[in-house]
Amino acid sequence: MHKFLIRSFVSSLVLLFTLTVAAVAKDVKAAFVYIGPTGDHGWTYQHDVGRKAVEDAGFETTYVEGVPESADAERVLRQLANSGHDIIFTTSFGYMNPTNKVAKEFPNVKFEHATGYKREHPNVATYAARFYEGRTILGTIAGTMTKSNVIGYVASFPIPEVIRGINSFTLAAQKVNPNIKTKIVWAFTWYDPGKEAEAAKALIDQGADVIAQHTDSTAIVQMAEKAGVYAFGQASDMDKFAPKAVLTSVENNWGPYYVDRVKAVANGTWSQKDTWHGIGDGMVVISGLDSQMPSDLQAKVKKLQADLASGKVHSFTGPIYDQKGNLMVAEGKTADDGMLAGMMTYVKGVEGDIPK
Amino acid sequence: MIVDINFVGLIIASIMASAVPLILASCGELITERSGVLNLGVEGMMIIGAISGFALMTVTGSLIIAVFGAMLAGVLISTIFGFLTQTLITNHVATGLALTIFGIGISAMIGKNFVGIPGKEFPVLFEGLKDTIPLLSPILFGHSIVFYFAFALPFITSYFLKKTKIGLIVRAVGDSPESASNQGINVRFVRYACILYGGAMCGLAGAYLSMIYTPQWIENMTGGRGWIALALVVFSTWNPIKILIGAMIFGGLTIIQFHMQAIGVRIPVQFLTALPYIVTIIVLVVISRDSRKIRLSTPSSLGKSFYKDN
Repeated sequence: MHKFLIRSFVSSLVLLFTLTVAAVAKDVKAAFVYIGPTGDHGWTYQHDVGRKAVEDAGFETTYVEGVPESADAERVLRQLANSGHDIIFTTSFGYMNPTNKVAKEFPNVKFEHATGYKREHPNVATYAARFYEGRTILGTIAGTMTKSNVIGYVASFPIPEVIRGINSFTLAAQKVNPNIKTKIVWAFTWYDPGKEAEAAKALIDQGADVIAQHTDSTAIVQMAEKAGVYAFGQASDMDKFAPKAVLTSVENNWGPYYVDRVKAVANGTWSQKDTWHGIGDGMVVISGLDSQMPSDLQAKVKKLQADLASGKVHSFTGPIYDQKGNLMVAEGKTADDGMLAGMMTYVKGVEGDIPK
Repeated sequence: MIVDINFVGLIIASIMASAVPLILASCGELITERSGVLNLGVEGMMIIGAISGFALMTVTGSLIIAVFGAMLAGVLISTIFGFLTQTLITNHVATGLALTIFGIGISAMIGKNFVGIPGKEFPVLFEGLKDTIPLLSPILFGHSIVFYFAFALPFITSYFLKKTKIGLIVRAVGDSPESASNQGINVRFVRYACILYGGAMCGLAGAYLSMIYTPQWIENMTGGRGWIALALVVFSTWNPIKILIGAMIFGGLTIIQFHMQAIGVRIPVQFLTALPYIVTIIVLVVISRDSRKIRLSTPSSLGKSFYKDN
């Protein structure tokens, strides 16, 4: 009897211990919903790099790629929520409404929506990156390195994210070189290597000697390499695709944020918030600077990078005028996040009209 | 505005480079269709060619193995189509669509390990002559061997169909498989051969994209060019020379609209991007409006299965 008591006491202790451990290191499962294929080497690819970081941190992850921004998205989200996932990242703007709708049905599952602004339920958070900070650096480099004073810019779709990038790039380039002209070509695609290469070629043939891009493939930097002009990598470090042409790249670095948020779910500290991180928080990363850049420019870029990170410099510091000469941001002021999020006008110095 | 003559040459050269995959795939599909087989799997065969070429180039390091491997991959995948439509007598349209879906899926699967790897430089011919003649130099010199082959292909195809006995047999099989069969022609064999040839050309078109035009692999990199190639075959009324014209107009307008944007022409950009599709169709319809000729050049048994055989 005595023995039995001890034994049951010990075994219940063991059991209790196991349960506690299990509760602390609760197996959090994270899911990711992608708009494109993970093989695009662009937007979705970088999110998947972030997902792998979560996996490396010891969590189980699932992903669904190529999910259309329609009723299909809801179906996928519901299925992921039903199959025991604790946190779901939806990585495209068009998932905004499906995410909020499904979040209402699953109050115990956390939802994280990239690049959106709707947080209708306490279990929905939003996050985005201040890529325009990276473009301030690219503009500074482009304005300094150009000899023809014509800079080409291959754009994708006329949405605030892209317009903001063009503006931030042009403002920075003008600051170091008031004579530059930014020529913009809309490719109306996020990735179609053939079309992107053709767009870049057209700009190069028209005298552009630095090409910036807001589309995803590496075709543009390769075309720049062939033509002997400069270019910048998009989303990931594209240096190995065009070692001579690529001066630097702006990388999307989602990993640290993803690991942070999944850990927060595991610790029970997750709460709703809106995150918009830039260079300072490491969500936007500037790759190594090419040695073709003069050392004073390299020093200038490094300082600018540090100042953007610390908040000492803001990409949109007044006075900023639009194309018609109307004041957008007054002298000494900086554009607030609301203005940045809805930016749909070009600043002075950008040529052409925004496609309607 | 002073137009630099070499600038015009550069533009024409880039138009021709962008037309290459369309010409290759269309001329291949044209032979297939002339034998009476409608293969809607062009996009699928192209993307298989693209990944096979890129993968072989990366793994073996040999451009020759890669180019021929891509053609062989096109042949292999079109063998599936041939077996289904010719031996099992399945519906051409459904099988072709399935082939495209299959091709896109399997290329993505194989391609997982090849994303983010830069391609190798493909050698060009007559590089040294690039600055010799104004206007013509950039058009004539400094291109890959596939480029020259593509521009010879429509003429070879035209000659083959009109002047050779085998070409006549292909046309006979496409127009009236019953009569051809009664003449002792093995209809199924001829159709198989034409399907495999179409596969090889689509494979080469894909390899051109992933190895020469934009040397890299990303999913769906053919970007619908297979469908445009298919449309070119129909709108050119199965005439290889008109395919060449159509491909040049399509490629040309795609590039010229980018130039117009860069110059700052005030035309809605959406209209400019739709222009290549609209104008190519209009031009081809206009130059092919002779209904008697259309009837003569349309393969009468296109897309119809042939049951009887010797």
